[in-house]
Amino acid sequence: MLRWLKVNARSSRMATDSTLLLGLVEEFVSGQQDTKATETAKGVKTGQFTVLQLVEALGLSLTSSQQETRARGVKLLSQVLQECYSYLNEREVEVLVAFYENRLKDHYVIIPPVLQGLKALTKSSALPPGSAVSILKSVFQDTHVQSLMIQERSCVYNILMNLMESREQELKGLGSDFVFGFVQSMDGERDPRNLLLSFQIAGNIIAHGYEMGKFTEELFEVTSCYFPIDFTPPPNDPHGITQEDLILSLRAVLTGTPLFAEFLMPLIIEKLDSDVQSAKVDSLQTLAACGPVYGHKELAQFLSGLWSSLRREVFQTASERVETAALSALSALTACLSRSVISSDSDDSLHTLLDLVLKDCQHHLLEPDLKLVWPSAKILQAVGGASYRACLRVGSAVVPLLLEQYINRTQSAQRRTLLEVLQGFIQPTEASRPAEGEENVLLPFQSSLCGVVFSALSESGAGLQTTATRILTALGQQSGVLTPPDVDLAVDHLTTLILQEDDPQVSGAVVECCGSLAPLHPSAFTSRMVPKLKEHIFTEPMVQGNGPSPDELGSQNAVRQRCVTALARVACEPSLVQESTPVLLQVLTAAHTGGGSFSVDEVISVCHSLQRIAEHAPHMEAEIGQFFHDVIIPRLLGLALQAAVQDEGPCGRSPLVEEAVLSAVAPVISSCCSRLNADCAKLSASRAVSLFLNGDVAFLPNNNLPTNTQLLKTPSPQVSQLVCLLTASVCSLPRSVEIPEIDRLLKDLEEVSCTHTHSFTHTFAAKCYAGLINKRPNGPALDAVLERSMKRVSVELDNSASCLRTQALTLLLWVTKALLLRYHPLSTTLTDKLFSLLSDRALGPLVADGFSLLMSDSSDVLNRSCHADVRIMYRQRFFSENSAKLVQGFNSAPPEEKAGYLKALSHIMNNLPREVQMTELPALLPLFLEALSCPDVGVQLSTLSCLQPVLLDPPSALTNQLESLIPRVLTLTTSRAMKVRITSLRCVHSLSRLPDHMLLPFRARVLRALAAPLDDKKRLVRKEAVLARGEWFLLGSPGR
Amino acid sequence: MENPEGVSVKHNVIDLNSATNRMAGGTSLENANPLIFQRSGERLLTATDEDDDITDPIDDREIFDPYLIRNINDPEHPLSLEELNVVEQVRVNVNEQENGVSVEFTPTIPHCSMATLIGLSIKVKLLRSLPDRFKIDVHITPGAHASEEAVNKQLADKERVAAALENAQLLEVVNQCLTSKSV
Repeated sequence: MLRWLKVNARSSRMATDSTLLLGLVEEFVSGQQDTKATETAKGVKTGQFTVLQLVEALGLSLTSSQQETRARGVKLLSQVLQECYSYLNEREVEVLVAFYENRLKDHYVIIPPVLQGLKALTKSSALPPGSAVSILKSVFQDTHVQSLMIQERSCVYNILMNLMESREQELKGLGSDFVFGFVQSMDGERDPRNLLLSFQIAGNIIAHGYEMGKFTEELFEVTSCYFPIDFTPPPNDPHGITQEDLILSLRAVLTGTPLFAEFLMPLIIEKLDSDVQSAKVDSLQTLAACGPVYGHKELAQFLSGLWSSLRREVFQTASERVETAALSALSALTACLSRSVISSDSDDSLHTLLDLVLKDCQHHLLEPDLKLVWPSAKILQAVGGASYRACLRVGSAVVPLLLEQYINRTQSAQRRTLLEVLQGFIQPTEASRPAEGEENVLLPFQSSLCGVVFSALSESGAGLQTTATRILTALGQQSGVLTPPDVDLAVDHLTTLILQEDDPQVSGAVVECCGSLAPLHPSAFTSRMVPKLKEHIFTEPMVQGNGPSPDELGSQNAVRQRCVTALARVACEPSLVQESTPVLLQVLTAAHTGGGSFSVDEVISVCHSLQRIAEHAPHMEAEIGQFFHDVIIPRLLGLALQAAVQDEGPCGRSPLVEEAVLSAVAPVISSCCSRLNADCAKLSASRAVSLFLNGDVAFLPNNNLPTNTQLLKTPSPQVSQLVCLLTASVCSLPRSVEIPEIDRLLKDLEEVSCTHTHSFTHTFAAKCYAGLINKRPNGPALDAVLERSMKRVSVELDNSASCLRTQALTLLLWVTKALLLRYHPLSTTLTDKLFSLLSDRALGPLVADGFSLLMSDSSDVLNRSCHADVRIMYRQRFFSENSAKLVQGFNSAPPEEKAGYLKALSHIMNNLPREVQMTELPALLPLFLEALSCPDVGVQLSTLSCLQPVLLDPPSALTNQLESLIPRVLTLTTSRAMKVRITSLRCVHSLSRLPDHMLLPFRARVLRALAAPLDDKKRLVRKEAVLARGEWFLLGSPGR
Repeated sequence: MENPEGVSVKHNVIDLNSATNRMAGGTSLENANPLIFQRSGERLLTATDEDDDITDPIDDREIFDPYLIRNINDPEHPLSLEELNVVEQVRVNVNEQENGVSVEFTPTIPHCSMATLIGLSIKVKLLRSLPDRFKIDVHITPGAHASEEAVNKQLADKERVAAALENAQLLEVVNQCLTSKSV
């Protein structure tokens, strides 16, 4: 062969520098300079010389009688081929393959480079037909894979992988010999990297349908001997292979084909007996993975063996992981059996399994006091949830049984357990849902089921009622299970529960149930529930003697509260919205006129309910949106205005002048306005503006209001505070809506925000101003407005004698926020202004806290649901632009001003996304550690709450600083502020999840330090101390 | 050279062996189908809890709170001691003035071989979680166990408890009982 190569090389010799090549070869082979291989490969790639010339140059080395020299020669060739295999043509490959195959028979020191060369050649697309088979035959014949070193074994596997990828058809021509060869090669492999490769090959053999023939069992044996995988990665994990990687790739092999079933099932049954929990879990998960692949044929003979193992795992385990895995395996088996087509001569294996399960589990349901009732119920539910057929069988056996038990038992605890078990059988799973044309499993028991549920609803136990309500919710969602009379009855029961049941858990479940049933049966709710609730809301408390006692009044309020919540929850459909919102509005009107003695809290909760309706109603743009726009908003504005302008009535102040109430009315308006369609939005904007600028009250209902009041120019706080409703009306509209008279509006708002002495008023005016500015398009108009206002703010702030500095600062903060959200260039200047104010004696603390306002989401304006212009990642941008300034400011500030910088910094950090915190923290860590020692409680708290989430998965910069971090945090566990003590203890708790070796040096010190907070005077602190200390005790201790 | 301490430690080891053997899964549990009980609700947070100026005394309920004894895991079942009614709030007694805490526990069956282990878990949990001014007394509810006296004697003996915790296997089981599941 060499001679042929030489001839070819000579004939194709061109004007190349053959001395250079010879030199390279010489230096590699004799000079042992490994780097020369790269240079040679580079020469081949650039066309300086060809592979054939290289072979010629290697001539003497390849035929040398010294095996070391031959090995060196082959190594050079193989390394060059590794880089240049794509430059070869078919003829060259053919010759090289023949050469390498021949070399496989050579001395063992030559084998490693030979395999490398073959690996390179198998990657070539010019591999001639027949070569794949011949390479494999030679490799299988002439090498004993397991006596090779790790890397050479890896080479062999890679050769197989490469050929399977490109020459599948040829390899399949080998028949089962290919599988046999592979089995022999991998038999005894122990290296995790090579195992991953060989599992992958085995998986491909199965997945691509290579013929296994009589070697099926051999292939199973050679892979299953690793099951269950027991592998602990070496310390510092150089290869990055986890036990999980190996488990998953082996599982793919073992469960890849039904042909393995007869071997795998006995193996799994055997391994389930293992004492090692992870082995059990692996076996169970492997079993579950067989479900989708197998049919009943494969499983039939193992069913009773599998069942008794699975039953034991659920009945007797102390581990939830094992239990969960066993239940999923059971469910997968059931699904598999349900899917299979039954042949006429065999029994239905699904029924065989279900018979076994029912026989062993059903009777435990008759003992609701004992522990096994739950595992049995879980098993039956897992099985029943696997398919419609299984559900039909299990349901028809279990549901009547449970219903009968419920009726026969009288103890409330037993009934409760039975009902909770029953609940698990009511809601069909994705897999067990009846298909088109199949009957609902519960239909035959429909009436007795409803009977039990209704009887439980009228019992006294909160647990029973809650569970029954949940069952009702599940029943209502399945079509046809509740008949119309049942629905009516259900609504009546729910109404009664709302009016009478004060347990929070029950009312929660009842309200949920109403919410889920109402859209399905709106008429039952409009006719039966809404009128009753309304009646109760407006029923005056029974006056006996000297009026109601505080207790009665309290319970009356609680009933009203539940009615209001329920009304809000059912209003999820146009007809119900139109029924229930007028009731809520009527409450507000009554509260305003003093009838019905509604407290401020009740009024607020009514507003929250209206807000909920506005936020959750579907199709807001259509019917409901129109309704809110036409009726609700004008009524709300009208009421608020009336309350503001009227004098104190005989019943005292109207609740609608309270700031808290107005703050609750505003979100109703804003969440509605943000969802209006274009026409309504436009109309809404012009109405609001002309109301506030010109006192135009024409659109308000029951119009006996003074006209032409300039609301924004009234000094009375009671009137001026209505600006919060203006904010809600104009700041939440879509950006495309043009606000009429915007310049005049902005001017007035600026005036109010800079001069009004009422804090609520000037703050909302500032918010409104900012909300509008944020949406205004760029251009000279915006620039002019901003310039004027900021100049005014500046003048005010620079005048340290002014009494309006707080107002100016508030406006500055909100405008800065509005601009930095949209990346407006002016925001930088304004931010710098804020930084300079950090050292202001009077305003410094306010400014530091203002950074929290800048960085956090504001709930009423300038957020995305108000359609504000918010760029993504504005926080990161702000941080990267300003963190250096803050650090610098901190370093140069006198000690008494440092706290402000730390506070500002911790506000900014606290609001950054966690990934960013992780990357930014290292640079700022010294500052953070400093902040922990800062005497200001606010700074401590804010720093700790920023650190705590980071500590759950800390970057290495932090773990290197444990020596300074831990003592500082421990000091704070005895701080005078309770919140600091709690948060610092949580930090200590989070720290306990770091790797043991980092923490053990501190364990004794931490345990000693945590003894003090165990005796804290506050229970909440003691709780955190107990939790943290418990975890630190477990560190480095067995059984953790 | 008969050393009574040695005997006691040995006894613990025997206890443990029988326990771990059974937990291995092959054989069945002593009491495979015990009675189970409802968990009680969480303590509701009140305004005074948040008030830094008010001192909250340690009371019976607190000892029973989930972060203390009622959520200790049973060594055999995936259930808490509360669900098995092994501990109940009425059997917890705190005397804040005299710095005393006493807890009675009730094994599920009178021959339960886990009794010492359960008692030890409760004792260790309290030792780790209460200020050291408290004297902690853990014992079996009178009449609830066949070898009540022997178990109580072991639990009351400081040195025996300390010696038991030197035993790595025993410590492992105790720690498993004290590992919080919800983390």
